[in-house]
Formats: sequence, C-alpha cells, structure tokens
Amino acid sequence: MVAKQLSVFIENRQGRLGEVLNVLKTNKVNILSLSLADTTEYGLLRLIVNNPELGKEKLAKEGFSTMLTSVIVLKITHEAGSLQDLLQILAEENINIEYMYGLSIEGDEASVVLKASDLTKADEILLSHGVKTLSTEEISNL
Amino acid sequence: MIWSKVETLPRSEIEKIQLERLQETVNRVYEKVEPYRKKMDDAGVKPADIKSLKDLAKLPFVTKQDMRDNYPFGLFAVPRSELVRIHASSGTTGKPTVVGYTAKDLETWTECVARIACMGGATKDDVAQICFGYGMFTGALGLHYGLEKIGATIIPSSTGNSEKQIMYMKDFGTTLLVATPSYALRLAEVAHEIGVDPAKDLNVKIGLVGSELLTEAMREEMHKAWGKDMLVTSNYGMSELMGPGVSGECLELDGMHINEDFFIPEIINPETGEVLPAGEKGELVITCIMKEGIPLIRYRTKDITRLIYEPCKCGRTFCRMENLSGRSDDMLKIRGVNVFPSQIEEVILSFNELGPHYEIIVTRDGYTDKLEIRVELAHTTDSFGELERISNAVRNKLRIILGLDAKVKLESPNTLQRFEGKAKRIKDLRSK
Repeated sequence: MVAKQLSVFIENRQGRLGEVLNVLKTNKVNILSLSLADTTEYGLLRLIVNNPELGKEKLAKEGFSTMLTSVIVLKITHEAGSLQDLLQILAEENINIEYMYGLSIEGDEASVVLKASDLTKADEILLSHGVKTLSTEEISNL
Repeated sequence: MIWSKVETLPRSEIEKIQLERLQETVNRVYEKVEPYRKKMDDAGVKPADIKSLKDLAKLPFVTKQDMRDNYPFGLFAVPRSELVRIHASSGTTGKPTVVGYTAKDLETWTECVARIACMGGATKDDVAQICFGYGMFTGALGLHYGLEKIGATIIPSSTGNSEKQIMYMKDFGTTLLVATPSYALRLAEVAHEIGVDPAKDLNVKIGLVGSELLTEAMREEMHKAWGKDMLVTSNYGMSELMGPGVSGECLELDGMHINEDFFIPEIINPETGEVLPAGEKGELVITCIMKEGIPLIRYRTKDITRLIYEPCKCGRTFCRMENLSGRSDDMLKIRGVNVFPSQIEEVILSFNELGPHYEIIVTRDGYTDKLEIRVELAHTTDSFGELERISNAVRNKLRIILGLDAKVKLESPNTLQRFEGKAKRIKDLRSK
C-alpha cells in the first residue's frame, strides 16, 4: 500500500518552518511524523499527516511550494536487526532507498516511512515477504 | 497587411527621401539648437558638407549624456509653445531624459506605431489591452494612439491589478495584448491562480511585446503560457527617438523592419565609433529625420544588433534589425569575460524544469567576480538528488555558453520578484 507524504520545499531562512506549521495548525491538520532535511541552501520538510490533501491545498494557498509524494509506511517488529533484514530484501532486488524516517513505536511494533527508487516494485516485494504496508487512512488511525 | 505604400518603396527611392530629410534636419538643428552647432563646429563639419547619405558618418554622435547635460529642454529645436506633449524616461541612473513632441510629431509617431502594429497582425477587429504603465513612459501612449489609428478597440488597463486584467480579457474579449514579455508571463501566472487557462479560456491571439528584448526562448515561453497559436512579435523604440514605433517584427518573425523614411540606422563599433559594413553586428545608431521637437542626430542607442538589407518575404523593403542580443550597457564584464544577460536567459529557458523567472547577481570577493544565478523551479520537487542534477546541468551549460563558472541557486516556484514594467533581473553589487 502506498501512502501520501506532504513535502514542502522551503528556503533556509528563519521562521519559515514555523510559518508552515502554523498553516497546518490553523487548518487542524495533524502531524504524525516529520523529517526535516537541509543543505546550506535548501530545506525539505517531509510530513506524514492525517489529511495530506487538505494540508497541500492550504499551504499552496499561502504560497508554499508543496507536493504530495508517494511513500511506503511499513510495520516491523520492534527488535534489533529487523530493519536490516527488511533492507536486505530490497537490496537484493536492486531497490535503492532515497530516504527513510521513523513514524511510531507501539508495543512490540515500530513503523517507518520509506522512499525508494521504484516504489510500486518495493511495495510488491515487501508484500510478498509478508511485510505490512499502511495506507494513509490506516496511518491516521495509528 | 501592409499599412503604408512607403514600406515597399525601392531602395533608391527610400534613400532619396532619407537624404532630403537628413539635409533638412541637419540644416535646421545647426541653425536652431546651440549644442548641435557647437558639436558640429568642433568636428569641423557644416550642414553643406552633407551631400550624400555616406556623409552622415561625418556628424558627431549624440549620447544620453548630452541629453542630461542639456536637461531639460536644451536639445529642443522648437520653442516651448510649439510642444503639445512631454515624455521622460524613468531616469533610474540620474536625471530623466526629457523629450517633447509637436502636434506633427504626434502624427508621425502614431503613423510609425500603426505600421508596426499592422506588421504584427493587428487589425480594426482587434480588442487591444494595453498593459504598459500609462504616464511619462512612452510605451503605453505610443501603442495606444497607433492601435487606435488602425481602428482597434483599446482597453487602456495599464499595469497592476493583474486579477482585474484577466477579468477584462475574459469579459471584454481581448484579442491583442500589449505588455513587456515578463509582465505577459506574470499575467498568465495570475490567470492560472484564479482558475483561468489563458490558452483555453481566453481569446488573446496576438502579443505585441516590447520594452524588453524578446529572445527566441522567451517567445517559446509566451507560447507555453498563452497558447501555441499566439502570434508574438516584438517591436522596438525608445523615448529619446520617439517611443515605440522605430521598428517591429512582421509575420515572417525574422527581424524588425525599421521605419526608414523617419529613421536612418547605422551600425558602429561601440569601442571606436567606426561605421561597420552592412550585416555586421555592433551598436545601433539612429538619426531621426522627421522630428520637430527633439530631432536627435546619430543617437547612440547602446543596443547591439545587425542590419539586414536583403528583401523580406513579407514584401516590405525597409531594412530589418535583428532582434537585439543585448545592450552594450547591460553587458556584464565578469572575470574579463563579456556576458549578455540574454545568453543566461537562453540557457535557463532551455530547461523544462525551470520557470521563466530568474535573477542574475554579480558580486566581488576580494579580486574575483562571482556570478550567481537564482532561478525558480517550474515544479516543486521533493528530492535533493533532483535539485542537484538540475543545478549541475544548468551550471555545465552556462560554463559551455559563457565560459564562466556560476553558482546556481534553485528557488521555489513563485518566490522571485515579479515585474509589471521592464524586468530588473540583474543585480551588479560590485562597487564600481
């Protein structure tokens, strides 16, 4: 299952992150997880939210450059080595991971967000290995 | 359609008219304009020395500095009471340059613009929206009277209030747009923001663009924004010479026909002032031979172009000037290399990933010039790899075209400044 990530392209300047978060707050878009990556010049804010479409619409209206990106959100057992096993499966199939960040930990399960070179193929491979990937709706219910 | 029979006269007749009018103009300014008399006396040339068109080269040049030195009315050839209109340049670098028109000058100007608008496809059936700033700037009123003479319906909407501009276009059925290329692109952007697709929802079929140079890449952007069938022509002029109407592109889109019965063009080497043979590239020098208010003789335009005398397929015999490759005073000298902003623009617009809005910033770090290009992405991306790939590709292409290393900074869509008049995309921050 492929989920939607809300991506925001932001210039590296003071207060810009706060402005993005404020728009989401005003429109009651709840953030489940985020990753902020930056170089000296660019910042990319990647968000998993309960309503990515609404977030995109409201941010675009305020003049932010946003897009929805397809990502995979998957559940793994919360124990040493489980992530490595999973990545091994993908590596063997020549799937390249572009970026990854954590989403949640509950009980003995953890979930991570993953962006890969060929997302549909990655999803199929994971599925065939019995790994559960979540839809945006399922994520919202986490 | 060709507006006037004069535009198709044989070369010998054009030259006959030019010589007559040149001799008359030189006599008149020598008699009536003291700074001219002094310049000519200093150069040792008398009006009687002008026996052929070749003798034009004996006359001294006039520059923008001469206009400033004689601010405001010192170069005028008629008493103030004969003037019916004053225009002035914006004067961003010092005192504005002031020009005055007699009633006859306004008639001549209107005729010039009517010819150019007609060349660009305008007819009496057009609804022409003029999105140039009305005021001291000659662009708006020049196009206004010229298009009115053709019989088009004018919407003098000026610049600004872009959403309302789109509303007029839609509700009044605008078919012809007058604007700078950069403002035309901005208007298309605003249209999309309010849910109007200019190519589908509007009926704007002709773009008469001017006041900025139109590169082929920019024409391509105009087609992308306004529809592939839009007829986009550029026209040329400057307030010192008259305003718009000096020259314009015909439907062949292969250079701008100069109104040669009113203006004599020459191409000179900008360094030495020497007149170059026909076909060579250099600085355009224009002599006004049909002006009463302020007839400039051998005015240095600082614009770089070449003249084409071969007959045009459209049937006009007036010579053409190639679309400008830059202005000699826009030319940047960076680490000893001559760079025209239009070269940078061509590179930027060759990338589909980039939008048409950009800034050129030149700074000095110690003794080294640094060139930075800021350009907007056409679409947001979520990948650093993609950003890196694009900026490296732009950098490589700039290095090939300019022979210079530049820093390329990609910006989010819709973040750089937009312009309603002439775009100011160059920031030279080196202390002179």
